[in-house]
Amino acid sequence: MSSPSSSSSPSRFRMVFRVFWAMPIVTKLCTFWLTTIILTAVFADFIPKLADPNYQGFLFGTDVTNDGQSWHHWLGTDNSSRDILSRLIYGTRVSLTVAVTAVAFGTFFGGLLGSFVGYVRGRREAAIMATIDVILAFPALVLLLTVVTLMEKRDLLVISLVVGVLAIPRYARVARANALAVSRREFVAAARAIGTKDRTILWREVVPNVMPTVFAYALVAAAVTVVLEGTLAFLGLSVEPPTASWGVMINSSRADLRINIWPVVWPSLMLVFTVYSLNNVGDWFRIRTAHKAAAL
Amino acid sequence: MGKMLAVRFVRLIATILAVSFLTFLMVNLLPGDPINALIPPEAQHDQEFVEQLREEFGLNDPMLVRYGKWLGDAVTGDLGKSVITKQPVAQEIWRRLPITSELAIVSVVFSLMMAVPLGTLSAYKQGKRVDQGISAVAQVSLSIPNFVLGLFLIYLFAMKLRWLPATGWTRLTESVSGNIKSVLLPAMSLALAEIAVYTRVVRSDMVSTLQEDYVLSARAKGLKDRFILFRHALRPSSLTLITVVGLNVGALIGGTVVMEVLFAIPGLGKRLLDAIFQRDFLMVQGITVFIAIVYVTINTVVDIIYMLVDPRIRKKV
Repeated sequence: MSSPSSSSSPSRFRMVFRVFWAMPIVTKLCTFWLTTIILTAVFADFIPKLADPNYQGFLFGTDVTNDGQSWHHWLGTDNSSRDILSRLIYGTRVSLTVAVTAVAFGTFFGGLLGSFVGYVRGRREAAIMATIDVILAFPALVLLLTVVTLMEKRDLLVISLVVGVLAIPRYARVARANALAVSRREFVAAARAIGTKDRTILWREVVPNVMPTVFAYALVAAAVTVVLEGTLAFLGLSVEPPTASWGVMINSSRADLRINIWPVVWPSLMLVFTVYSLNNVGDWFRIRTAHKAAAL
Repeated sequence: MGKMLAVRFVRLIATILAVSFLTFLMVNLLPGDPINALIPPEAQHDQEFVEQLREEFGLNDPMLVRYGKWLGDAVTGDLGKSVITKQPVAQEIWRRLPITSELAIVSVVFSLMMAVPLGTLSAYKQGKRVDQGISAVAQVSLSIPNFVLGLFLIYLFAMKLRWLPATGWTRLTESVSGNIKSVLLPAMSLALAEIAVYTRVVRSDMVSTLQEDYVLSARAKGLKDRFILFRHALRPSSLTLITVVGLNVGALIGGTVVMEVLFAIPGLGKRLLDAIFQRDFLMVQGITVFIAIVYVTINTVVDIIYMLVDPRIRKKV
């Protein structure tokens, strides 16, 4: 997300640090939270003594269901006596994988598609935008539900791909709106005047100026994606059990809400903290890029 | 103006057609033969019987032919019959529509009632503690998924305090108080995020309106602040609000699906989800197309209202 001009690695490191330093305290905490859960999720397999997220101890008489906090289970156990902390950590993987895939698909395909049609205009733009409008004529969740049902199986890969592909139209719209503005700028006119090829202008002038805005949008969109995955899981249509995901955990424990609310509380808190952090950091970057774009 | 309306109308029809075709395509790509959902597994080997059923449901025709037939019937209001329950899809939609619309409308009205004063106050006290507080609360509210909020509301109001029912639905025609009780929790769960969105919109719009010259002159005339805020500043700001409410209908429809499942409300969304799990393809197709049509129609209507209300845009047209 840093500006493309920095070249050597130490100065880039310093820049990332400077960006972090410029954040208000809440945004710093949010960045810290996101970094922590990403690292924990990536290195979950190496955390010593972390319980197996799918080990159902009550079957072997070693653990109790719906247990409170204890030395063995820091956050207690759920209604199948699985360790909640471990399931939270492995569940982070699902949310993050889906979010990262959606961001990658959205920024890459959506960003390029939007930049392309925003620059070339004409019939190609009309056709592509009409298709996008039809796709966006479905409420996001309803479309997602219908498409997910089409899938033979619902593992992490399939869910990520579906959410990723369906993210493209929205990104394309954001990118196109920016490409339209960028294409009217003097430097594009100048490049055209000296006879630069359209393809070169697109890659050298339009795309690099559209992408920062798309990235800033991506963080906020990632928050929406995390909620979407949670919602799908809550409806029983995300990754199939026993794979842990925050939404799956909430869904599988909600019948026992009256007996033990904690298996619902923890994943809910994870969702809220993560979504809040993405929104907060995203808003901060959006305002920052808007200032930069204005100074362009 | 008339020409503009005609263009919008043609575009609306085109979008509806495209949407119906896309839904048809998607639903017909569903793996698994819908016939298999209808008959016991031992009968599935009876080729003759299966063939007869396929013929009855018109599953042997090429896809485009089937789409044509379905569309022709759909125009006359016949969306086919549920493969599972044999009920007409259209009848099922009309029966459940009032429930879903009530839920959606109550949540929109409730959130506007909260958001307009909050946003106005926030803009009036721009940069002060109150403004910062409202913005912070709005950002947190935006980060609470509706099903999480719904679950905790159920826990608090239904399980602990026992004030409201946790699940189920009482129709307005059966009992007014019962109806209010059953709509309260799901509508509140949907409203929180909306309140946050609308408050932000009202605030940012109002902040710029308050800098207009006519507000200054109204103030110079000695008009009361409250009068200026609600009579002079709110009306131009309400335009953006209308648009955002229209755009938010998509999220709202998604939200009603979730709330209907969580609160076991027999609305459209619950029926859609049941149909999805049962692979009841005509039902999925009918409800999905219906929802998409409602959504695009609302957005077109909002656009037209916007054109009619704002004299600047009307002139340009």
